[in-house]
Parts: sequence; structure tokens; C-alpha cells
Amino acid sequence: MSIVKEGLMYSESHEWVRMDGDVAIIGVSDFAQSEMGDITYVDMPDEGDAIEQGEDFGALESVKASSELYAPVSGTVIACNTELEDAPELINKDPYAAWIIKVQVSDKAQLAALMSAAAYAQKVGA
Amino acid sequence: METLKLTPLHEAHLALGAKMSPFAGFDMPISYSGIVDEHNAVRNAAGVFDVSHMGEVEISGPAAEAFVNHIFTNEVRGMQPGAILYGMMLYPDGGVVDDLLVYRLFSEAPAFLLVINASNIEKDYDWMRAQAEGYDLSLRNRSEQWGQIALQGPDSEKILAEVLGIKEGEPLRFYTFVQTTWRGDPLILSRTGYTGEDGFELYSTPASTRLLWKTLIDAGVKPCGLGCRDTLRFEAGMPLYGHELSEEISPVMAGLSMFCKLDKDEFIGKEALVAQKENGPARRLVGIALEENAVPRAGYPVELEDGTPVGVVTTGYHSLTLDKSLCFALVDSAYAALDTPLWIHIRRHSFRGSVVRKNFYKTNYKK
Repeated sequence: MSIVKEGLMYSESHEWVRMDGDVAIIGVSDFAQSEMGDITYVDMPDEGDAIEQGEDFGALESVKASSELYAPVSGTVIACNTELEDAPELINKDPYAAWIIKVQVSDKAQLAALMSAAAYAQKVGA
Repeated sequence: METLKLTPLHEAHLALGAKMSPFAGFDMPISYSGIVDEHNAVRNAAGVFDVSHMGEVEISGPAAEAFVNHIFTNEVRGMQPGAILYGMMLYPDGGVVDDLLVYRLFSEAPAFLLVINASNIEKDYDWMRAQAEGYDLSLRNRSEQWGQIALQGPDSEKILAEVLGIKEGEPLRFYTFVQTTWRGDPLILSRTGYTGEDGFELYSTPASTRLLWKTLIDAGVKPCGLGCRDTLRFEAGMPLYGHELSEEISPVMAGLSMFCKLDKDEFIGKEALVAQKENGPARRLVGIALEENAVPRAGYPVELEDGTPVGVVTTGYHSLTLDKSLCFALVDSAYAALDTPLWIHIRRHSFRGSVVRKNFYKTNYKK
């Protein structure tokens, strides 16, 4: 059974978003990390990159497969979690603490496309 | 959609909560406790695999030896009972029908067991029958009569003796086997494997396979799935048919000429291999080690620094034992020399690496 954290917004492709003013903090859900298994590498964008809602901005690698990360909102990458470069397993240990990127959001209206914790829990059967 | 075939251990896998997936037409276990955990168990202690999906063909009769020598790249003449050889069956153009093991059975007149890949059972059997015309022999597909489990890892010899009570394992050298019985059923005990570690493969009846498996699992031996079977064979530098060998990738291209005896009078595909040897193949299989941890996967392009494509990845992982991103790749022969810098295109970026030996992991076989 995977954990869905309250107070976050979720995308169809299993990213979570926490808003801090105009900045979106983005990670992947517990469901996503458990489906992937042991994560061995996080492919992250560079600071300053522009990302587009629904487009891939990076990927997670497990032993067996790679899985693209899709931007839940459009904006500019202002920070990447460099801790994940040496310790990608932090995403397995606590996916809601191990954020991946922070994005200066260009259009907050896009957040309406995301799911609430309750809606996401229903989707993944949590 | 075709119905998936089941091995004799299918129910046991479900009971263990295995993650299952279709492979080569069978519903097979990919992992139980996790690929990393199972991989490390085999490297450091032992693990047991269900490999009952593998195919077995028995060939006997007056012309058996001449026939096997005709369709197989390695030298079969003079094989003693208990000997095992690895090699390939080729098409006349040098492309690979399959790679396989040939067992010289314990019988007075030469008789052989050919162990073939699950994905190729029908194709191989049809191929063998088509080549067998005019040979006085009996050719039987026994794939459904033989179950097979692989006990792999440094503790295998001890487990075989102490858990299964099989004493014949200790004196066996690598790539030899005995035919014996276990609790009344026939057993082929073979010191072989696909992991780079010491270990045994046990061929028995479906019922006996279930009992062997249960006895090992009840004694605490770790069940291992096809996920770590692939990571283990990859580190040990072993090819997988469809990736490193295929109708398009010959053993000369794959660097497996040592299993093709070009001094034999003849075998199917010999002339093509001789020509490839003389002219040098257009492409060669190499190992590539990346400088960063991005993971190369099958199908990713191999490039020069300026983006010129020179090849393709056939298998790649972030190696669990070596903690390094590694792959096999088929590249233009001009770029196959050791230490050649090559780039692999992974999603939006190219990652620098260099050509290294394919046997990434030092194997630990019983000499």
C-alpha cells in the first residue's frame, strides 16, 4: 500500500507538487518509487532551464528500467536537489522529503490541472 | 494473444509473491525480494533460479555425433560422457540460429542433450529437423519433460550437499556433469550457470523439480528471478540471444570465435565466419564504461564527440557489483579498440565513456 501525503498536489504521471509562494517544489510519489524499485540515478535538468507542463524534464533510473519525469507545471528551474546525485536512494526512503527540482512557476492557473491528495489516492488505490 | 506457458514451479512463484512478467512465451518470475537483494545474494552466498523455460532436445542414433558436429560451431568429436560444450548453431551466412550447450550423455553410442533458449525452442527444433534429413538418428524435443533449476553462488556446493544430500557435486569441475538420481527420479547435475559464479544446474522431472525447489526454499535459499539473472550474466560478460547474438550478429562480431572451431572440416556457417575473420567484421561487440552514472539501455545510440552515429547499445546497466554504468554495444570496427572514447546518447544528453573489456566482473568458477 503506498502513502499519499496530504496537502500536496499530484499529476497523472505521479509527480507531486508543493507550492511555496510562486515556487513549485517537485518530487515523485510513493507509488511511483515503489513501482520503480531501487533507484540508481536521477537525471535532472540544469538550473535556468525552462520546462513545459506535460513535457519531460528528466528521468529516474532503476536497475531494470528508466522512467521519464514530466513537468506538472511550466516555469524556470531555480534549484536541483544535488543530494540525489550521490544518494538517489533517498527517493526510495522518503519520496516526499526527497524533492527533485524547484521551479519558478510562470502561470499558477496551470495548477488547476493537478489532483488533490484524495483524488490521487483514489487513482492509485491507496 | 497466445496463452502464456507455465513452468512446473509457477504456483510456487505465486505463493512466494514474485513479480511476474511474460518472457519468451512463459509467465516467469522477474524478482521476489528485489533485484539488488537477489543479485548480491548470488555474488556473496547463493540463490536459486527457475530456468525450466529453457529448451532441451535429445539427439541419439548412429549419426548423432556427425550431425551435431555439422550444426554446431564447437568440436563435438571425441567428447567424453560428462563433457559440456558451449557454442552456436549458425545459418549459412554466419547469422546465429541460437547459442546453446551440448551435453555428451552417458551412453555407449554417442547421444547428446542440446540446451537451447526458451524464445527459440520451436525455431531451433524446426531448424534441426530440416538439417537432419539423411542422417540416421532420433531427434526429440524434450523441453516439456525436463524441469530445470539453477543453484548459483559461492555457497552452492555446500548447499547441494547439506540441503539436498547430493554428494556428486564436489568433484565436478566447471562445464562437466553427471547423470544420477535424486529420491528415485533421474537427475542431470551440471556444474554450469549464467551468473559468473560457481554453481549447478539441475535437470529433472517436473515433479522432482518442484520438490528440489521446495527443499531449497524451505532451507532458506534465496529465490532469484530473471531480473538479476540478466544483471549477473551481463557483468560476467555473457551474451543474451537477441541482444548480443542474433541473425544479424555473428559470433565473430560478438567476439566469441573461441567457441567456433574453424579447423573443423565443416559446419553450417563456417565459410561465412572464415570470410569475416579474414576481412574483419564491419561491426564488433564491445564493452563501454561511462564516466557518469546515467544508465545506457538497449537501443540507445553510440556516437563520436561530434554526434556521428557509430553503433548501438545492446544491453546496459548501472552495474550493481561494480557501481559503474556499463554496457555492451555493437560499433563500427574502426572504433572497437580498447580505450577508444565513445559517447552514448541518453535522452537529452551525450555521456562520455570508453571501450573496455566485456568481462566486467572477474568470474569465480571451480577449475
